[in-house]
Amino acid sequence: MVMEYIPGIPLLRPYIDLDSEGFWEGVKQHKLVFQKCKYCGLLVHRPRPMCPRCLSTEKEWVPSEGKGTVYSWVNFVYVNAAYPGIKVPYAVVVVEMLEGVRMISNMYDVKPEDIYIGMPVEVVFDDIADDLTLPKFKKREV
Amino acid sequence: MNSISNKAAIVGVGVSGFSKDSGRTELRMTCECIKAALDDAGLVPLDIDGIVKHTDDASDEHSVTSSMGMGNLTYFGESRWDSAPCSMVLRAAIGVATGVANYVVLYRAVNGSSRRRMMPSMRASGQMSTSDLLQWTYHAPFGLMSEAGRVAMIVRRYMHEYGINSDQFGWVTTVCREHGAKNPNGMFYNEPITIKDYLESKVIVDPLRVMDCHEEADSAVALVVTTVERAKNLRQKPVYILGATQSQLSETEEKNSYYRPVISGLPEMGHMGKRLFAMAGVGPKDIKVAQLDDSYAPLVPMQLEELGFCGRGEGVAFCEGGDRIRVGGELALNTSGGSLGEGYLYGMNHVVEAVRQIGGTSTAQVKDADLVLVATGAGGPASGLILGGSR
Amino acid sequence: MSMQYNTEHPIPTPPRIWENMGFWEGIKEQQLVFQRCKECGTWIHPPRPTCPKCRSFEKEWAPSTGKGTIHSWVTYRESPHPSFKAPYSVVLVELEEGVRLVSNMVDIKPEEISIGMLVEVVFDDVTEGLTLPKFRKVG
Repeated sequence: MVMEYIPGIPLLRPYIDLDSEGFWEGVKQHKLVFQKCKYCGLLVHRPRPMCPRCLSTEKEWVPSEGKGTVYSWVNFVYVNAAYPGIKVPYAVVVVEMLEGVRMISNMYDVKPEDIYIGMPVEVVFDDIADDLTLPKFKKREV
Repeated sequence: MNSISNKAAIVGVGVSGFSKDSGRTELRMTCECIKAALDDAGLVPLDIDGIVKHTDDASDEHSVTSSMGMGNLTYFGESRWDSAPCSMVLRAAIGVATGVANYVVLYRAVNGSSRRRMMPSMRASGQMSTSDLLQWTYHAPFGLMSEAGRVAMIVRRYMHEYGINSDQFGWVTTVCREHGAKNPNGMFYNEPITIKDYLESKVIVDPLRVMDCHEEADSAVALVVTTVERAKNLRQKPVYILGATQSQLSETEEKNSYYRPVISGLPEMGHMGKRLFAMAGVGPKDIKVAQLDDSYAPLVPMQLEELGFCGRGEGVAFCEGGDRIRVGGELALNTSGGSLGEGYLYGMNHVVEAVRQIGGTSTAQVKDADLVLVATGAGGPASGLILGGSR
Repeated sequence: MSMQYNTEHPIPTPPRIWENMGFWEGIKEQQLVFQRCKECGTWIHPPRPTCPKCRSFEKEWAPSTGKGTIHSWVTYRESPHPSFKAPYSVVLVELEEGVRLVSNMVDIKPEEISIGMLVEVVFDDVTEGLTLPKFRKVG
């Protein structure tokens, strides 16, 4: 794997509340799910209390195929501009899922210099700590 | 005199009710209330082009916009302190009166009881404000920590200067609970109290009793404001904003104003009240129903004095027995129950109740209520509204 | 009786920054000092960058007589914070110089406190790192 965490410096845990717990429950169980409006079917990410299209508060968490492409990416090279708990260089990507929603993540197995916009990717899950699993992406063969 | 008087109106209201545990996030309550307010007005999210919020409200404009499918925003406003409710309405009125925005939504959502909220603060500056610094440097190390204690310090001085004993504050809570007992939206529906209950309630920080103080609650409110012209075409009878103003004076702190010569009054309320009446072109005699800041009962008689409903030191006598301040009396107060009798949302429900009185939909309706005064922020920066059913 | 603390819980300690340093340094040296404007002599508390009367930025830390009267007070019957054991009183003292200070009393029962009572400052080494100014009844 490509990201190296520096021992002794805790990673920030995601703040999980009633509106987003479905997403993070899925991640814990190694499932990528997205919020879908029960009334009009709109898929949204990030999770939110209300559907922005029809204003319904009824939602369900639907499993994603887990496939997408890199929409944009950055490479953190300067230690003072990066998160202290992660060894530089490390890349952060915006992935556009085939379903249409986008999410921020890291590449699991691709070095920063090999990332390109449009690169096909698919989700994997990284159990970083007992209380922290994060979705990450690996290169997908098409 | 003041150019925004009579230019704006409240056209929609959304409330979440009060509970000890809302079972939802503050952002969700915000969205639900805004949706209800829009439905009330007959508007859709894309109509909204202005957002006004409380500085300490966690529900940022970004999240509200992206959760509700708004997308056309040009005007923003923020208010802080317990004076926020009326000053948020003022901010919204300014936005529409100047033509900067067409329809402005303002909201407040707090899970104050269940504490389902994000802690610690992730605010960008990450630092204390200078007024917080006063509290933490010169008050907290000596144990002056709860808001009740900080208010009590002022109340003690008020009692001393006007020869009042703390039992006399009981009529405020008693009448608020009477009104609140009629209100299914509140925490004390069907639960009035008597003056005896008040006198038997225990002292928590001398001279304040438990029943002098509000309880924390989970609640949310949203309101929509537009111009009086646009208001004509919407669903509800408009509630005209005839007066809206704020006040801050030298040495004003948020319930920490101990350092000026006289600390036994609420001078910001007095200063605010004069401007408010002048703006609306009415006087205290014209007001038959008012929603005053009852976060702590003794603040109510103090506001009666500052706003000119009675003379200095006469506030508790005005409230004695409750006859003058209950529905049917010469100045019905806090007709939804207010903070003490309906629930605590930092005074937002006082604005809602004023709207209901004018619309004729209050659970403790005053006959022909065409003019209602709201005052928020007793003990710190103050603000007020005079709302009317006709222009 | 005097303030009782629950030592397992840290007592809120005044942040030591900017304008406040002189006051707390004085307390550490068993001296009650207040800001005083160098231009017009006005005593200023709480400390701030400018004199509220003449707007001068020139101030000095001047010693107080430490004597005053009780202007107001409250008694907590229920403690709002784990550090403080109820019941306890908090007083607002008006010093002879005209400034006011929030503080606690020592060696007195809550029911004995009254507005107008003459008091003088004492210093309480609450913990190793924290000394607080407190007041005792005079006479």
